[in-house]
Amino acid sequence: MLRFLLGRLGLLIPTFIGVTFVAFTFIRLLPGDPAELLAGERGISPERKAEVMRQLGFDKPYWQQYLDYILGIFQGDLGTSFSSKKPVLDEFMTLFPATAELALCAIILAVCIGIPAGIFAAVKRGSIADQAIMGTALVGYSMPIFWWGLLLIILFSGVLQWTPVSGRISLLYFFPQVTGFMLIDSLLSGEKGAFLSAVRHLILPSIVLATIPLAVIARQTRSAMLEVLGEDYVRTARAKGLAPKSVIGLHALRNALIPVVTTIGLQVGVLLGGAILTETIFSWPGIGKWLFDSISRRDYFVVQGGLLLIAGIVMMVNLIVDVLYGLINPRIRHN
Amino acid sequence: MNFQKTLKATLLGASLAVIAATGASAKTLVYCSEGSPEGFDTALYTAGTTFDASSKPIYNRLVEFKRGTTEVLPGLAESWEVSEDGLEYTFKLRQGVKYHTTSFFTPTRDFNADDVVFSFERQLKKDHPWHEYTPGTAWEYFNGMSMPDLIKEIVKVDDHTVKFVLNRPEAPMIANLAMDFASVVSAEYAAQLEAAGTKEQLNQQPVGTGPFAFVGYQKDAVIRYQAHADYWNGKEKIDNLIFAITPDAAVRLQKLKAGECHVMPYPAPADIEDIRADSNLTLMEQQGLNVGYLAYNTKVAPFDKKEVRKALNHAVNKQAILDAVFQGSGQAAKNPIPPTMWSYNEATQDDDYNPDLAKEMLAAAGVEKLSMKVWAMPVQRPYNPNARRMAEVIQADFANVGVNVEIVSYEWGEYLSRSKDVDRDGAVLLGWTGDNGDPDNFLAVLLGCDGVGGSNRAQWCNDEFEALIQKAKTVTDKAERTKLYEEAQAVFKEEAPWATIAHSVVFMPMSSKVTGYVMDPLGGHWFDGVDIAE
Repeated sequence: MLRFLLGRLGLLIPTFIGVTFVAFTFIRLLPGDPAELLAGERGISPERKAEVMRQLGFDKPYWQQYLDYILGIFQGDLGTSFSSKKPVLDEFMTLFPATAELALCAIILAVCIGIPAGIFAAVKRGSIADQAIMGTALVGYSMPIFWWGLLLIILFSGVLQWTPVSGRISLLYFFPQVTGFMLIDSLLSGEKGAFLSAVRHLILPSIVLATIPLAVIARQTRSAMLEVLGEDYVRTARAKGLAPKSVIGLHALRNALIPVVTTIGLQVGVLLGGAILTETIFSWPGIGKWLFDSISRRDYFVVQGGLLLIAGIVMMVNLIVDVLYGLINPRIRHN
Repeated sequence: MNFQKTLKATLLGASLAVIAATGASAKTLVYCSEGSPEGFDTALYTAGTTFDASSKPIYNRLVEFKRGTTEVLPGLAESWEVSEDGLEYTFKLRQGVKYHTTSFFTPTRDFNADDVVFSFERQLKKDHPWHEYTPGTAWEYFNGMSMPDLIKEIVKVDDHTVKFVLNRPEAPMIANLAMDFASVVSAEYAAQLEAAGTKEQLNQQPVGTGPFAFVGYQKDAVIRYQAHADYWNGKEKIDNLIFAITPDAAVRLQKLKAGECHVMPYPAPADIEDIRADSNLTLMEQQGLNVGYLAYNTKVAPFDKKEVRKALNHAVNKQAILDAVFQGSGQAAKNPIPPTMWSYNEATQDDDYNPDLAKEMLAAAGVEKLSMKVWAMPVQRPYNPNARRMAEVIQADFANVGVNVEIVSYEWGEYLSRSKDVDRDGAVLLGWTGDNGDPDNFLAVLLGCDGVGGSNRAQWCNDEFEALIQKAKTVTDKAERTKLYEEAQAVFKEEAPWATIAHSVVFMPMSSKVTGYVMDPLGGHWFDGVDIAE
């Protein structure tokens, strides 16, 4: 197992170097530059532009900027946002818990509903229930997040007034950020009603963010289950007279879960991508909106630092998935 | 459960201590702002969203715009005198003005001349210890307004008198000092931060003399302020001001309707009628101090001929643009300055929509089978909510007079950069929102000879026009300046470097409980003087 882990970790190194290069190059390849955007319609003279670029540290040759960036990474310094004038890592650490909390709730929702729905659809293959579940999943997968989010807000916050419109907690509550996870901080604050408020604020954004992963997981589970249910060993188990629950739960599901776990791992990237839209709709102060705004402003350090950190997280999650994969399927581990 | 009921119950039941240090009858106004401030040291930035959250609630300036107008009133300066030659501005400072006392700073003295000198010298002098106190301190507004060329020195005459010495007379100087970048920060607080080695905190934890003191900012979520108890102009009626950052316009409206906020800016044009119909909401509206235009490149044939430019102006159906792009929230523009600005020339005759005349004029100018580019901005602006749509209408209009139009667009930074090129191919859709209510801020910036290759996208340098606006800079008598600017507008109309398109109307929806809100013609959002009915 240790060798397996070391092998996987070894693979992360070239990936990590590749990400630093791509993140660094990508933002600089985009047309436009921070000085022009800062000046806006007024415009900026070439001399003044050169001065601004020097003050921002973007007057050095690219190779030197890249080298500074890499050296900074090893010292835990990802640069300073020229917009907020704050260290990129500090901003990330402030905002990431909000995204993580939302993504975690969304993935839990997607897994808790997606897997049982997929199993049910597979077992009832061809039935109306199967078609309804798969049809709903297709709609969920195809639905534009922005439209879906607004629809839910208008219905549940506007018409029914069951949930708040946006934000992470009612503005009545004002307590210091300890962990950054509002569910935990609201409990730690001891403020009456704060936790409930945080939960209520999480409901709609979690549903919106979970929609696509849920659809993908449900479809993947159904497909994997159908494949496994047709295997000889499942037929044998049935022939032995095992209860259907045991056949599906013990024999079929464990093998069917292997591709599903991989799919769940891949959904982490999807969640972080979907977070940009979800965070914008629900005024959720996370890294998606932060990165989007930084790209618009050509805030180079934020974009390259933020992308690197997100890529690092996705890589770590995929490593964990690989390990889980090995645990579920010993053949992978041994190979 | 009904959310509003829950909110009210929680309000009554929960300890109000959670809202920073307020009493039982604390009034809190929630403003659903459209974006996050980049920081709180106003002079570092150029964006209105940042100014709304920093300079307007937290700071004061030597002079202030009168609420809802561009008229300049005394602020931190009680009075001022201008020397005969227009080169010296001497300000008598207000005494007894208190800085905010916060959890991170306790002032030991009142506002004085040191603060004024510090606030400007850090922007002016490259060797000032605060000139580059944090990465990328470009002081872009100060530089963009050419203040380093204009200000020779700032002299502390005594503790309550400051003198600005200029390199040349500049009539808009007083209006410039009412702008956001001219906000006065505390030199004592800066010294405290410098001693602690935390200079960057000036941009994170601001201290000012303004109507509201900064309490806290949760990035991209909430900014909290508390009314300044010792405010020199009297304590505000509301006790707390909260900015709930809500980037999406549709969501802002839902929050307003649900009672989660009291005031919101920038509603979507499609929602205006819905807001009007809601009896719980009030919709304020005001002519924006802006202009949207199509700038020809007057350096490139055949647009170097004014007859061609005039002909094309006659081909533009402005009413169709107002209907399609502004959806009723715009007004056709005939001058390069908006009608709410002093010196607006009422007598100007606009180039009426007349495709037949346009064809005749083009033929007379010897122009046949003309093909040209029209540049469409990739972003929304108050002066142009949908540039692509506007370009399409113009494309159809020009096709009617036999001119073939290709619409081009670039990423915003690239658009701004390329559109400045003197040999640029095509006419550019762009616009301007005023900074200080002075006509010079439109006419000199957008059409002056200094702006060629920069903010003057028409690349138009006309001797007669230039002489008029340069003279108006040096004259202090407003009536005389008005006459000069009116003449300059007449020259502009005759020469037609632009097709003036529209001035937009700005809307501000709010709860009917909100009283005392006054819309700012310069587009800012101010909450001093605002109250909420019980």
